[in-house]
Amino acid sequence: MTNDNSGDVRLSGMSKTYGSFTAVHPLDLTVPQGSFFALLGASGCGKTTTLRMIAGLEEPTSGNVSLGDQDVTNLPPYKRPVNTVFQSYALFPHLDIFENVAFGLRRRGIKSVKKQVGEMLDLVQLGEQARKKPHQLSGGQQQRVAVARALINHPKVLLLDEPLGALDLKLRRQMQLELKRIQTEVGITFIHVTHDQEEAMTMADTVAVMNAGRVEQLGSPADLYENPQTTFVANFLGTSNLIEAEVDTKSGDEIVLRAGGGKLSLPAARCSAPTTTGGKVLVGVRPEKISLTHAEDAGGIPEDRNRITGKIADSSFIGVSTQYVIDSPVCPEFEVYAQNIDRDARLVPGAEVVLHWSPAHTFGLDATQDIDAGVETVGEEASA
Amino acid sequence: MTTVTEAPPPLAPTPQKKPPRRRGRLTPYWLLLPGILWLLLFFALPMVYQASTSVQTGSLEEGYKVTWHFATYWDAISEYWPQFLRSVLYAGTATALCLLLGYPLAYLIAFRAGRWRNLILILVIAPFFTSFLIRTLAWKTILADGGPVVGALNSLHLLDVTSWLGLTAGDRVLATPLAVVCGLTYNFLPFMILPLYTSLERIDGRLHEAANDLYAKPFTTFRKVTFPLSMPGVVSGTLLTFIPASGDYVNADLLGSTDTRMVGNVIQGQFLRVLDYPTAAALSFILMAAILIIVTLYIRKSGTEDLV
Repeated sequence: MTNDNSGDVRLSGMSKTYGSFTAVHPLDLTVPQGSFFALLGASGCGKTTTLRMIAGLEEPTSGNVSLGDQDVTNLPPYKRPVNTVFQSYALFPHLDIFENVAFGLRRRGIKSVKKQVGEMLDLVQLGEQARKKPHQLSGGQQQRVAVARALINHPKVLLLDEPLGALDLKLRRQMQLELKRIQTEVGITFIHVTHDQEEAMTMADTVAVMNAGRVEQLGSPADLYENPQTTFVANFLGTSNLIEAEVDTKSGDEIVLRAGGGKLSLPAARCSAPTTTGGKVLVGVRPEKISLTHAEDAGGIPEDRNRITGKIADSSFIGVSTQYVIDSPVCPEFEVYAQNIDRDARLVPGAEVVLHWSPAHTFGLDATQDIDAGVETVGEEASA
Repeated sequence: MTTVTEAPPPLAPTPQKKPPRRRGRLTPYWLLLPGILWLLLFFALPMVYQASTSVQTGSLEEGYKVTWHFATYWDAISEYWPQFLRSVLYAGTATALCLLLGYPLAYLIAFRAGRWRNLILILVIAPFFTSFLIRTLAWKTILADGGPVVGALNSLHLLDVTSWLGLTAGDRVLATPLAVVCGLTYNFLPFMILPLYTSLERIDGRLHEAANDLYAKPFTTFRKVTFPLSMPGVVSGTLLTFIPASGDYVNADLLGSTDTRMVGNVIQGQFLRVLDYPTAAALSFILMAAILIIVTLYIRKSGTEDLV
């Protein structure tokens, strides 16, 4: 598979505008053959438009789409070796499951489809349902038919447009694993569009976070989570605590920052912002990296850790962990997730605490950005 | 699962709930009543009356009596079968023409018209603001001998072709089968377009995209996805056109001649001029039965009950 690049998807300078609205800004992106790639973003960020341009259902305003070495920009969808799993599945209501799955094969003039369709239906565990109509199946079954109908054509690339959006949580989890299994089995390039960050992180090898028609950051799920480059990524993927700080000193690969009254240390390699002494930087840390110690025990905290003092404003026990909201002078709502291993009974709302974490878990972002970018969108999606 | 064997505790509230439920159960019948009365009064009763008329014998002077004279039916068929055949042929041709003309227009309105959609729909219905009779008379002028339409057809030598097919006679269009079929097509076209539009408009556009994505060229997409999904519209449109067209007599009367008489003209003549009520009633029933049989066969064949 390493020397076959016929399933590479290359977008160069591809953009889409509708009148004065730019849905996708000129985009350069390469998705290597055989990878499971996720386009992640809130609704309206341009991820579906990007997918539709790869499928040929939407014409780019500028730029090119290539599959392997072939430029497909001007090919109609029925000539592209690409298949799509639509958000609403778009199964043909007048055809039974068998004919839905056989549709692509028949259009390419393949006569004996019986064996292939049978095998494909077995792969998605729907062999028994072959003669049913789509409306007789459950949502999860319809979703599997949609996947089978696309995969049977052995496309170079499979495009998935929020295919799990209509399923309930439990089924969604199950289908995530199922899709991942199928992808590993068939080795086809998958491009998966989703607004669910957890779904993107569980399934994809590489995630591109999109915001307002641009790719904000691209990388492996762990890389995006640990080293966000923008406030949007920091807030959209999981939760981040962001503190406004001022550069105090720079020495080698360590930057010392002033925030409130205290000092924080940040490895220079983990700072994506330009740092000049006296300049502003946003310092971030993930809630689960932070340890919480009652103020009375503050003496026991090792010297080399970043620390902030505050007061517990709220705590919620959720089984595996307890989530605290800390009111601190540098940040009014500091979030801390503590594993429930040895619970300190003194950590209740109102208690004075010290938050501390390893400087290696600190990241620095450009302070000119909106500190809340990506926050509201997460809330909207969760309530939707 | 032990709870099943226990006596259900909330026994007391059930009697309280009963009265509103009983009243609710009768509501549908109350709602049905006006419709049923209407049907009885204006459909069932006249039908019974006509049925009895069709088996009466007698004359205007002596009065008619029910003598169960079923021979009237056989006499009617053997005498007027050409008119029956003509009715089915003309109505069938007009229906086919309506489908050919109406489908592209309905397709255009449903998928391509954009903001013009409502305007075009209004234009489709606009002819109804004029009386059926006036519109048909207008066609008399349009197809008049020596008029621009006939002149154009003549200079293109199309009338030679239609004459050869037996649709027109000489260099006339008026008073020929072609004129009657034209009138029927024109008058019933909206009844074809509207149901077609409704069923095309309901088709999810993503199905076209899905077909396209699955290697179907635009025409294949139409053949394999759009057309089958519009079958309910095709069936209801053809029925709404064919049924009234086969009973119509105005078009044959105004645009045709004695050679283009349809069964509707015969019934009208028997009722209003010859005053042979039994034959007229028998002809009406035969026409109704013929249409019922044709429609049943047609619906069976098109298999619409299988569609969503």
